[in-house]
Order: sequence, then structure tokens, then C-alpha cells
Amino acid sequence: MRATVPNPFDELMEHAKRLADGDTREQIVASIFQTSRQICQETVTYTKQEKRYETEKLDRIFTSKIWGFPIMLAMLAVVIYITIAGANVPSSLLAEFFGWLEGYITLLFQQLHAPSWLHGILVLGLYRGTTWVVSVMLPPMAIFFPIFALLENYGYLPRVAFNMDRLFKKSGAHGKQSLTMAMGFGCNAAAIMSTRIIESPRERMLAILTNNFVPCNGRWPTLILLASLFMAAGYTGGWKTFATASVVVAMVVFGIIVTLTVSWILSKTALRGVPTHYTLELPPYRRPKIWDTIVRSTLDKSVYVLKRAVTVAAPAGVLTWVLANIHVGDTTVLAYSAQLLDPFARQLGLDGYILLAFILGLPANEIVVPILLMGYLSTGALIEVDGLQSLKQIFLDHGWTWLTALNMMLFSLLHYPCGTTLVNIYKETKSKKWTFLSFAIPTAIAIVVTFTTAHLVQWLGLL
Amino acid sequence: MNKREYTIALAGNPNTGKSTLFNVLTGLRQHTGNWPGKTVVHAEGFFTYKNEEYRIIDLPGTYSLYSNSADEEVARDFIIFSKPDVTLVVLDATALERNLNLALQVLEMTDRVIICLNLMDEAKKKGIVIDIANLSKKLGVPVVPLAARNKEGIEELLETVARMVHGEINTTPLVVSYSRAIEEKIAKLLPLVKEVVGEEYPARWVALRLLDGDTSLLHALQHHPHHFLKEGATYACHCAKSV
Repeated sequence: MRATVPNPFDELMEHAKRLADGDTREQIVASIFQTSRQICQETVTYTKQEKRYETEKLDRIFTSKIWGFPIMLAMLAVVIYITIAGANVPSSLLAEFFGWLEGYITLLFQQLHAPSWLHGILVLGLYRGTTWVVSVMLPPMAIFFPIFALLENYGYLPRVAFNMDRLFKKSGAHGKQSLTMAMGFGCNAAAIMSTRIIESPRERMLAILTNNFVPCNGRWPTLILLASLFMAAGYTGGWKTFATASVVVAMVVFGIIVTLTVSWILSKTALRGVPTHYTLELPPYRRPKIWDTIVRSTLDKSVYVLKRAVTVAAPAGVLTWVLANIHVGDTTVLAYSAQLLDPFARQLGLDGYILLAFILGLPANEIVVPILLMGYLSTGALIEVDGLQSLKQIFLDHGWTWLTALNMMLFSLLHYPCGTTLVNIYKETKSKKWTFLSFAIPTAIAIVVTFTTAHLVQWLGLL
Repeated sequence: MNKREYTIALAGNPNTGKSTLFNVLTGLRQHTGNWPGKTVVHAEGFFTYKNEEYRIIDLPGTYSLYSNSADEEVARDFIIFSKPDVTLVVLDATALERNLNLALQVLEMTDRVIICLNLMDEAKKKGIVIDIANLSKKLGVPVVPLAARNKEGIEELLETVARMVHGEINTTPLVVSYSRAIEEKIAKLLPLVKEVVGEEYPARWVALRLLDGDTSLLHALQHHPHHFLKEGATYACHCAKSV
């Protein structure tokens, strides 16, 4: 127990306060800088003058006012183009392989005279759920992550932050928010932790609340899948991939616009204030160790995300199957819930199953599409799903149009953060109110945007 | 002989290869990247060298230790309160001047410092030549050149660490001299600081922080007695609280 006698610490603080004046920090920092400079002058020599300013020269291009943004967009487009173009074939092959294997597993179950409910849970629920995640998600991840990691190790990402800085400042947020946003492209939960680099609590909160508007690992595959199935239907070959990539890029840009707009509105209302100054260091460009980077990011990141997806997808698969097979009256729990949600979902251009998949997918965005498929498949005759075309057929059979796909993409982009992210937000903010808001704001935006899109398209008679 | 485990802290600016060095030393696979702010939360690992156990903590990369932000505070508190047996300050050899600022600040906090001059391969490519012996003499602590991602210089570093934990290296850390006005104030404050916080903490540095109006430090000193955080895990909580 501490006694409340005059505290020597307080006295000390008082004493120091009397001595200190306003620019102590500047004086301290100036002396430190001067010492560093002096030491370097006496210990460092430059033998290749032309190499000394290499980074500066490159920066003049990458962070140029004119070329900065076009280069950024082009890079993003190229990365996504390569991902889509490269992922198609292995995705189909994997799906075919798993479908082929499923036939044998089913045979095995029949040989053993296993009860049909066991086959249902294990094969139609667990096996299908997990293999779907693997075949749909693994190929794009195995391409996307290594390319992203190469750019990251080369030192390009901080330049992205630098380019974005002005926009964030204008919207009343901290420039470093562009860094945490970029981190969100990998994983929102990790990005929430990374907002610690922002000193001011107000700006940190802005970064936390808006982080979700960029697609994370769990949502990239959904966006890419839906874009390639529905958005480029009128094109073939290379153009098809190009159109798909453009749609995905447009989604990302839209997400960034929403981030900036929400930041701007919040900084004018609930989180009022002026952005603080800061220095952003641009690290030197370094040639990455290419093979190291590729191998490590493929192994580490892809396997990590996949593991997470599978560990969540497996139980979710079982749960979905159970819900789809427990009958209440003459309908299943799953179908009943979907019907309940349907009228509302229709207003958003979705359907009850899609909304239900998003709700059941709260623990991890990775499992939304698998849950949706399981939901669809449980309703009618079971289709053998092999390859992307039959996947599209399932969607079409359930009344999908390009508008459904667009709205699902928008909803996926904008809706509430996943369970892990929410837990992290609570841990970081220690506030139920802000955690709730970080759930409510994106959800409200997702509803408003999809509602508007759905009704606008119908009103304009585009469909 | 009772065996003890030595604690090593890894400090440095963001993006100097701290995490790479951490991975090399521990064999762990923490993700690394050319990206300031990668290590926001600390990572901890273990390694054995010549039959002795070491625990190594990868502190968040920071440009200063003036507790401007949560991560700077984490790094600062660890060095001050956990008193690691050795603090490795990782510097980017291609940007020595900018990186030295942090090293100088660490030298004000502890004398058990080894400077890791990382990315020597890059520096060589860029034609930057650094007089290691002279740098070491000026800073008053060992300087070890490294190319962590090629695993160059690791053996020398481990040997230096081992010698330092056994007290075989005498260091005389550079004392940054400030303007006369500040030096006078430090002199005035120093006796009182020593009296209140004791000999356990670097008095000159504490005095400087107080002059800078750093109240969070004094709070930390006051509320966390000396045994604070030897076990390591709790400092993360402290940091979260102060956000």
C-alpha cells in the first residue's frame, strides 16, 4: 500500500518543470543530430558518388506528383491481372481433383455401409467445405502474396503511403493511416495492431474504424472469384482477365474512396481535430532476395491463411450441413433462416443465403463463399462441382445476375470486420462503444451502398 | 554452477533488418519486410550459444525513444525496466547518420550495448566505406559489421555478446554533450534524481527526460518497482494502457 505523504516523485517532477522551457526537445534533438553527423563525417567515406542518390532518383519517379498515382494503379492492376490469369487453371485442376477424389471417398463410404448422415457430415459438409476453400483460395494466394512480398521487400509500399499521404491529410486523418491501410490488404486484424504507429489517439481511432474498407486475404479470393465469373462475361481470353482485373482494381479504389470519405466525415464530427505532423521515412530501395521472398511468403502466408481458413471452414462446414439437414416442419433450419432474411436481402440485391453466409462467416471472411455454396447445394439436387463453370452454374441456378455478384462484392468489401479483427479492436481501444461503432459503421455503409446499387440499377432498367 | 539465461534486446530503426537478424539468431520465421513498422508487437525467441541460454526480444522499430507513441514506449520501457544483459542496436550501414540518432539515445540509457552495423553488403554495393574501428572507438562500445540476410558476421556477433554478458568487455559509452543551458539544468537536477529514483536507473538520462517533460516515464518509474517485468510478458499490457 502506498501512503499519501508528499510524494518525492511529484516534487521531482515539479522541480524539473520549473527548469524546463518550451524548446528543450528541439535542443536535445539538435545536439543528438549534430553528434551523429560529426561521427559520420569522421568514419564514413563514399567511393561511388553516382550510387549515392540512386534511391532519390527512383523516388522522383515513383512519388512524382504526375506519375505517382498512375504507376500505383498500374502496379495494382498488373499484380491482380497476373493473379487472375495464373490462378484459373490450377484452381480448376484442384477442384477437378477433389471432385474426383470425392467420388472414391463416397464409394468407400458405401462399401462400409456407413449411414448416410455420416457421409453427409463428413463428405458433403466437412470435405466439400474444406476442399472448396483450398481449390478456390490457394492458387490466387500462392501468386498474389509472393508478388506483394516482392514489392514490399523492394521498398515500394512506403512510397504508396507517401503518395496517399496528401489525401489522408486532406481528409483530416494521419498520413500514416495509409501505411496501416496498406497493411490491411494483408490482414485487417494485423493492421489494427499496426495502428500503434500513429501517436495521436484521435487519428489512431480513425485508422482503426476505417481499416476494414480495404480487402484482406479473406476477401481477395471472393472478389477475384466473383469478378471473374460474372463481371467479364462478355469477353474472352486475355480481355476477360483484363476486365476482371479492372473490376477488382475498381473495387479497391472504391474501398479507398470510402476510407477517405468516412475519415473525413468522422474528423468533422465525432473525432474532430487537426491532423498532426509526422515524418515518414522512405527506406532505400533494395533488391529483394527473390527466391527467398517467394518461398517464404508462399509457405508462411499462404499456409497460414489457408490453415486459418480450413480450421474455421471445417467446423463451419459441419455446422452448415447440420443446419441444412435438421428439419423444422417441412423445411430445414438453414432454409428457414435464409427465407427469413430473404426479403431484406432482396432489397440489397442479394438473397437470404448470401446474407446468411455473411452472418455465419463472421469468424473469418475466408469461409463466406464455401458456406454459401454449401447452403445452395443443400437445397436442391447435389451437383458435382468440378471447375469454375459448374460453380457459375450453381449461382445461376439460384437466380444470380451480374448485379447479385456486384452487390456481393460490395457487401464483402464494406461489411463489418471479421471476428478476429473485432477482438483486436476491443483489445486496442478498450472501449465497447468504439468496437461497436467499428462494427456498425461499415455494416451501415454496406447496406446503404448495396441498397442504392440494387435499386438504381433496377430503376435505370439496366437489368 | 547455476545456469542462468541471458536476456538480449534488439533495438533499431524500423526497416534495418532487425527482424531478419532475429530470425537468423533464433531460427524462427517471423515475417520480415522492407516496410517501416513491421514489428509493432514484440517477438521473443531463444537460442543457445556455447552451452548458454539466451532469450532475445525483438523490440518495435523506432526512430527515437522519446515515447512519442506506444511502440516507442514499449522499446524504452523494456531497456530501462527489464535491464537486458545486452542491447543490440541494429543500424542500417547505408543510412548510418540517420540511424545513429537512435544508437546515441540507447547509449544514454545503458552501457551494455553492441552496435550491429547491418546491411554491410548493400553498403559495399553502394560504395560506402565505414571505418569500423574508429566508429567503435567514438561510440565507446563494440561495433560488429553484419549482413544478416546472408548470415555474415553472426559468429562474431555471438562471440561479442558472450564476452559482454561475462563482463569481459569494458564499455565507455559516448556521452552526448548538450547546449550549455541544458547541461546546467541537468547538473541541477541530477542529485535529486539520484535521490528519488536511486542508482538503478541512468540518472543523466532520467534527468533529460524530465526536462523534456516526459511524465509517462516518471509514472512508470513510480508505479513499477525495480523487479518490474523481469518476466517480460506484462510490459505489453502497460503499453496498451497508455495508448
